[in-house]
Order: sequence, then structure tokens, then C-alpha cells
Amino acid sequence: MDTLILSRIQFGMTCFFHYLFVPLTLGLSFLVAIMETAWVRTGNEEWRTAAKFFGKLFLINFAVGVVTGIPLEFQFGTNWAGYSRYVGDIFGSLLAVEATVAFFLESTFIAVWFFGWKRLNPKLHCATIWIVAIASNISAFWILVANAWMQHPVGFTIRNGRAELTDFFAVISQKFAVLEFIHTVGGAWILGGFFVLGVSAWHIARGSHVGVFKKAFKVAAIWSLVFTVFEGVQGHMNAEILASTQPTKLAAMESHWVTSEDVPMHLIAWPDQENERNAIETLPIPGLMSFLVHYNPHGKVQGLKDVPKEDRPPVLPVFLSFRAMVALGILLFWVAIWAFWKRNSIESQPRLLKLLPWMISLPYIANLLGWTVAEMGRQPWIVYGLMRTSEGVSKVSPSQVWGSLAMFFGVYTLLGAIDFYLIWKFARKGPLPELPTTAKA
Amino acid sequence: MLETTWFVIWGVAWAVYFMLDGFDLGLGLLSPFISKTETERRIAVNAMGPFWDGNEVWLITAGGVTFAAFPAAYALMFSALYTPLMMLLFALILRGVAFEFRSKVESATWRKVWDGSLAVGSGLAALLLGVAFANLFAGIPVDAEGVFQGNFLTFLSPYGLAGGVFFVVAFLHHGALWLVVKTAGDFRDRARAVSFKLWVATLVLAVAFLGLTAVYTQLWTNLLGRPALLAFPALAVVALVASPVLSRQRRAWAAWGASAAFLACAVGFGVAGLFPTIVGSSLDPAYSATAFNSASSPLTLKIMLGVALSILPLVIAYQTWVYVRFGGTVTAENMEDGSSY
Repeated sequence: MDTLILSRIQFGMTCFFHYLFVPLTLGLSFLVAIMETAWVRTGNEEWRTAAKFFGKLFLINFAVGVVTGIPLEFQFGTNWAGYSRYVGDIFGSLLAVEATVAFFLESTFIAVWFFGWKRLNPKLHCATIWIVAIASNISAFWILVANAWMQHPVGFTIRNGRAELTDFFAVISQKFAVLEFIHTVGGAWILGGFFVLGVSAWHIARGSHVGVFKKAFKVAAIWSLVFTVFEGVQGHMNAEILASTQPTKLAAMESHWVTSEDVPMHLIAWPDQENERNAIETLPIPGLMSFLVHYNPHGKVQGLKDVPKEDRPPVLPVFLSFRAMVALGILLFWVAIWAFWKRNSIESQPRLLKLLPWMISLPYIANLLGWTVAEMGRQPWIVYGLMRTSEGVSKVSPSQVWGSLAMFFGVYTLLGAIDFYLIWKFARKGPLPELPTTAKA
Repeated sequence: MLETTWFVIWGVAWAVYFMLDGFDLGLGLLSPFISKTETERRIAVNAMGPFWDGNEVWLITAGGVTFAAFPAAYALMFSALYTPLMMLLFALILRGVAFEFRSKVESATWRKVWDGSLAVGSGLAALLLGVAFANLFAGIPVDAEGVFQGNFLTFLSPYGLAGGVFFVVAFLHHGALWLVVKTAGDFRDRARAVSFKLWVATLVLAVAFLGLTAVYTQLWTNLLGRPALLAFPALAVVALVASPVLSRQRRAWAAWGASAAFLACAVGFGVAGLFPTIVGSSLDPAYSATAFNSASSPLTLKIMLGVALSILPLVIAYQTWVYVRFGGTVTAENMEDGSSY
């Protein structure tokens, strides 16, 4: 295998692995902040117990999230030197802003929060978890602006043999970036909600700390319902913008080959990339795809055959990931409704209590599927329409990349196993007995 | 002018990184050797607890500054230093998770594994950073295409290794002084005694490294062309000499501060001596990436300057607040509040 394919495997693997930890950070930080705020406001110790308990799980998760983020920044230089040279003027500055504006806050104040339970007054302490929550999500904003620029580059010109910035505001405010940010954090917040629902349900079912976990459950049930609804409505806007920005990706997501009008959506389909058609295609809903893109069942939708073969992404993984993500989103929405509806009598809902812990894994899968659609669907471009992935790779020897890839695989497998074991262990262990302290209402 | 300003910011980011993360890398390596009991090991870990993560962000920022302001130098440096940088990443990963993991399972073996991971990761990171910077000072064999014409052994030249060992020992010294700041009683006395020994080693290695720098690099020649910049090595010497004097007077913070100033001035010496080169080619100076031929567009440099000048002072302010607020000593008693590693 050559440096290109090895570097792609390495980058994909390290991103996916990193993203096993990021969404919980983005979502759970707000939920912990809400719980701690409730404690500060009401003085009810159960809220504090809940905040401390979920905070501990947050920190175990954060530990691996933070150390696996650095390799992503470094790899743009080590493995994608051609890319860094060509677009660093824009892309590099976005990463630098992220570190300066957000990551410092997040990393500094998460430690203040953990070490500060006894050293700061409750209001100040509560403020630190809000800082962490907001800073992590601001951090996500800058990273997603950078990613959105790779998906839909704006605000630049080609000068001096590279892409140079001409309009910073256009880069950070383009609709693609805003939508991508909202959709990504929405997915992360759902994951945070289902994590709290699942862990709380597990404890409620066993009669452990029912008062604490019912409180957490209620917050998470409302939260999860709000964001599953939001994600569905908003996700549609994301697909819509692809019609004008990344029509090839959209065509791959739907496995739509020939540009046409009155495009139906086939409930069952299976793409055959070799022969540029669908091997299976059945159960059409007339005009649905045209309607989703144009609000008009007769609208024209661009097909994959409009671009040369070498400009098309791998259709099957993009198509399947998209369908599976949407299916999971719909499933999570129904479960969220159920949890919301029964939130006040949850202790007498054995079936729901049994189901919810199993549901924790689903938003993880949905989040990763979403990234598969976004990143695989962008191929063969590293910057859509501007630079091919093959042009971005470093001139390093394959043996070097083999070495680092093997190390990443080994170290990450080990870390992932340990970290999820620890989260599982401490999630089941439940809150520790607390020495009473006072919160001012 | 913009390029020069960014070169200075680049140097400042590295200087701050080394003076901050330097102590937790050093203490991470030192802790298993200086701690006699499990309690002392925990004290050492918690002495770095509230700070190490915020310190490490300075590395990400230093990398980010390189990427944003000098993308071509970033591409050249990171791809040429591929293997040492990857090793640095694994070292930082293994030490970073050790903080969170070590107290999470009640088992002596488990703790031993993560104490080992913290020590080896910290030591290896210090060593690799030293090797990397010594190689940047001396120049590396990169060709006209920006492709590295060497292998991992190229970096382990006598000068590269001298840089690595110097960093390790200087960080150990810095870490020992931090332990003096953060501990009390017998443990503090031992840390102080060790810091004096490490000071001697640091001094010897600093002199040796500066001497080798004259042999292997152009740094001194460049500095002599701008004599005002000789203030960096001069101040580094003053700070290093002051450190044990302050420590004898039981002024632990000041002694640590002097060591921090020493590290910052040492980085200042190296960076000022490099100017305007960022990655020098040992094959032909024409292939080097400099602040001028690798810089971003003026617009990017200006916008980023606005961001850096408005945000970094804030970062320094709130990080200082954390150091003050959590600057008290760590003892066996105050670790039992449920808010410690």
C-alpha cells in the first residue's frame, strides 16, 4: 500500500476514534451544567450528587478525547503536507483560532471544576462548568468551520500557487458552516441526552439512588426530545443545501445516477458503482426526492453520471451510512417521545428502563455514520472541487506511515477498551456517599 | 514586519510552552524516583493535576501558530520530523491518560502501570522535544521539494542527542522546583535536595549544549550580528544562577520562576539565533523555510494578529488566576476531599 492510502486509513481511523469521545463532551457538559445550576438554585443535594456523578463520567471520557485531538492537528503537517501548504493560509488559521479562543478555556476550566468543589464557592464553581460546556461547543464551531471550508470553499482566491484568504467573514459565516455546526452539535447533544437516560434508567431499574436519577432522567428526557425533533427538521436543511453545494455527494447519498425530473425515492435500493446503476431498486415513492430537494415533486435532481467516474465518491458506503443514520435518527426520536411521555412515572416502566441502557450505543453509531457521509461523500476531493486528496499527501515513505498506523491501532485499541471499561464501571457503581456541604439558594 | 512579528509570537508560544509544560513533563519523570510511598506519588500527581492540561494547550497553540502563520514551514517541519513527532504524540497520549486512569482501579499493579506510563511518556516527550529542537537549530537534510532526505537516525546526531538530554535534565530540575512549591515537610526537603543536584547537572549540560551549538550551528554567528539579542543567553545564565540562591532562601515560587525564566530565555536564544529561518535545510540554505518565504498572506497574518493580541493576554490572565488559586500545597489530608486524582 502506498503513502496515500495508508495516510487516509490513519486519518480516518484517528478521526473516528477521536469522535467516540467528542460528542459526549459536547452534550454531557451542558447536562452537567444544568444539574449543577439546579443544585445552586434549589440547594437540593440530589442535584449536586447527579452533577458530580455524571461529571466523573464526563472526565473519564474527556481524558481520552483530549489526548486524541492533538494527533489530528499534527497529522495535517505530518501526513498532509501538500494540503497544509496549499490551504494553510485559511485552514491553519481556523485551527489556530480554535486552540486560542476555545481549547485553552476548556482545558483550563475543566481542571478548575474537578479540583475546585471545595475551593470555590458554589456559584463560581457552577460557572466553571458552563465555561467548559460553552468553550467545548465553541471549539466545535471552529473545527466545523474548517471542515465546512473543505466541503465548500469560499472567501479565497488562488494566488502565489496556493489558496489565499480574501474574506474571513465569508469563511466563518457561510451557510454551509453554520448548518454543519448546528447539525453536528445537535447529534452530539442527542448522544449526551441518551447517555444520561440510559445510565439513569439502569439505576432506577435497580432502585439505586432513585431520587437522584429521576431528576437526571427528567432533564435528559426533555433535552433528548427537543434535540431529536430539532435534528430531524434541521437535518433536512443540510441535505437541501447539498443540492447547490455538493450535488455529487447528494446523488451518492441517494444513489441517484441519471439527472432527471420527477425523481422518486426508492425505499429499497442497492448501488452498483461499476455499472453506474442500481442493482436493486424497488418500492418507489413518486416524486419524493424531487420534493425533498425542491419542495416540488417535479424538480430536477442531478445524478452521479453528470460528473466523470473519477470524480465520484464511493457510492455504497455513503448511501448506506446516510440511510442508516436517518433510520437511527427516527428510531431515537420515537424512543425520546416515549421517555418524555413517561418521565414522571419512569420507575414503573420496566420495559422502557430495560431498553434505554441499550439505546446508548445508537447515537454513537449515528454520529459516526454522519461523518462517514460527510467525509467519504467528499471524495475524491480533499477540498471539494479544488484539490484532490491524492494531491494533499506528504512525501513520506510508506514504512513510516505503516509504523505510525500500527502504533495508533495498538494504542487506541488499548485506550478505547480501558476508557469504555472505566465509564461502564463507574456508571454502574453509582454516586459515592457525599459529605454534606451547603449551597446557597 | 508582519512576518517578523509572527516569528516573535511563534517563539513566545514555544517559550511559554516549555516553561509551563516543562515542569509537568519533568515532574512526571521524576515522581516515581522521588516518591517513597503511594501517598507521595499521589501528591506528586496532584501537584500537577490542575495545570498539566492547560499547559499542553500551549503546544497545540505553538503548532497552530506555525500552521496559521507559516503553513509551508509547518508542512516541511512536520513531514520531515514524521517519526519523532509521532513518537512524541504517543508519549503525550500515554502520559496524559495516566493522570485520569491511575486512581480509577484499586490495584497496586494498575497504579504501577500508569505511574510507569506517566514517567516514560513524560521523559520520552522531553527527550524528543529536545532532539527535535536541536535538529531545527542545526538544520535538517530537506531537498528543494521539501522532502526529508534522511532517516530517524539522522536526528540522533551527537548534537541532537545533546539537545534531548539537556531538555530532560532541565525539565527534571524545573519539575523538582515545582514539587518544592507544592509540598511540605520531609517530601519538600527531599525535593529541594534533589533540585540542587539537578541544578548542577543542568548547568553542566547547558554549558556543554551552548558550546556544541557554536560547533554545530550558526546560532551564535547570527546572534553576534544582532548583539542586543545576546541578552537572551545572558539572561538565561543569570536566571539559572539565581534559581538555587532563591531556593536556599526558601523562596520556592521565585526559584521556580527563575527556572521558568531560564527555560524561556534558552528558547529565546535558540529562536532569535534561528531568525528568520524556521526549518533550515542542511543541504542548501536556499531550500530552507523562513519567516518570509513560508508566511501566510498579509490578510491572514493581520486577522490572526488581532486574534492573538486580544485573546492570548486573556488566556495568560485566567491561567495565572488558576496558578494562584490552586497554588497551595498538596498534602495527604487535603487530597481526601474527593476532588483529587
